[in-house]
Amino acid sequence: MMKNLRFAKVFLLFSLILLLAACSQSSSAPATSPAAAPAPETQEVKEITLATTTSTQDSGLLDYLLPIFEQQSGIKVKVVAVGTGQAIKLGEDGNADVLLVHARKSEDEFVAKGFGVNAFDVMYNQFYIVGPADDPAGVKQAKTAKEAFGKIAEKKATFISRGDDSGTDKKEKGIWTEAKIKPEDSWYLSSGQGMGETLQMTDEKKAYTLTDEATFLSRKLNLDVVMQGDKSLLNPYGIIQVKSSAKQEEGMKLIEFFTGAEGQKLIGEFGQKDYGKGLFVPDAKKR
Amino acid sequence: MMLTQDVWEVISLSLKVTTSSVLLGMLMGIPFGAFLGLYSFPGKRLIIALIYTCMGLPPVLVGVIVYLLLSRYGPLGSLDLLFSAEAMIIAQVVLVTPILAGLTMAAVHGKERTYWETAKSLGATPLQMMLTIIREARGGIWSGVAAAFGRAISEVGAVMLVGGNIEHHTRVMTTAIILETRTGNFTAGLQLGLVLLAISFLFNSFLMVGMMNQMKSRRR
Repeated sequence: MMKNLRFAKVFLLFSLILLLAACSQSSSAPATSPAAAPAPETQEVKEITLATTTSTQDSGLLDYLLPIFEQQSGIKVKVVAVGTGQAIKLGEDGNADVLLVHARKSEDEFVAKGFGVNAFDVMYNQFYIVGPADDPAGVKQAKTAKEAFGKIAEKKATFISRGDDSGTDKKEKGIWTEAKIKPEDSWYLSSGQGMGETLQMTDEKKAYTLTDEATFLSRKLNLDVVMQGDKSLLNPYGIIQVKSSAKQEEGMKLIEFFTGAEGQKLIGEFGQKDYGKGLFVPDAKKR
Repeated sequence: MMLTQDVWEVISLSLKVTTSSVLLGMLMGIPFGAFLGLYSFPGKRLIIALIYTCMGLPPVLVGVIVYLLLSRYGPLGSLDLLFSAEAMIIAQVVLVTPILAGLTMAAVHGKERTYWETAKSLGATPLQMMLTIIREARGGIWSGVAAAFGRAISEVGAVMLVGGNIEHHTRVMTTAIILETRTGNFTAGLQLGLVLLAISFLFNSFLMVGMMNQMKSRRR
């Protein structure tokens, strides 16, 4: 009995050692080559977190840009795509190194409160008001976004709001405030979800919603653009470095890529093949 | 945010949807499970395998299927049910019925022979026999109900897809937690999560007490 127990102990210890050896071997395998050439080793460690809005991710812009950046710089970028509200919160808590967001007011506050540095304009796209093709609220006759929202409220046409504190949601709330309407009747629904889901819901419910251009163009839905081009529907994106980030140098490299000549050119080209026009207009400048 | 009117609304909708779907699931799952536990027929093995598979059905898959069925462009689009509480109940019934059927079947199967033969020798009709068996196997069936309730109330993938998380209409506890987290209100999300946990705990303790009592009475 005792002998058995001892055997079991030895066996356990032995298998543990084997396991550890197997683990360390797999991790030491890539480490042996940098010993010969130290440069690639330091590159391998570099990894930064980019907190951004769902729109840049869902439109495919990041999948298009980031591989090019990663190849050039050797810095890996982890993307956390959330609403602008949460993206900014991630920055405040130090859980991200760089923010790429679109809610100018919150961005300015973020910088003013000392959470962010090196804020740049990167690009802009447009918001659309979209709705059913037969346009029951007659929004197409409206001249401004404010007026369009007024018509929707007047006809009590179903309007679906993101209601998730995202950049698009803030934009929408801003237009309601400007139009001096407090939307809170049963025609005003708050989905609390991303743009893609909200558009889908708008289509299903034959309703109206405010959407960013990129997400709208990347979905095939039976919805028409009923209002565009109004000045209040412009959607500027900013890129900001998180001050508390431990990876200042790498973060700055990412910002330089987005605002530099090559990145700007790529941004302008993105989407031209699929949609006939670029989804984003590059306009980099330091704030 | 603790216990404002909005929070109550979300909690009560969660309870309504969950209880309705578990009740509907019981109506279908328990008789079906009892039938499977009692009778044998060709193809029974296949049906049992299917039920056990469906007990672990991914909620998101159920969500997508129900979504496509109820979509305005889908076969049941004219009912205009997508993004309603009814749609959430439909999806959850699909999720909990196999659990109820499967666990009822197992419970009934364990009791089958003795009670079945006694009831039969006393001249019971098939319906009476089935009711007797269900009564005798209630311990196992209750644990099925507890499992179904737990699955339904904590489920998020399907209700998010077919309910849509619309404020005042289809926002339930789990989808509200997701929204709170997505907007950076981790505290509010956590608080709702605790409420969810408390409800689950209360419900399961009731069931446990019931089952314990039954076990005691059987031992006597």
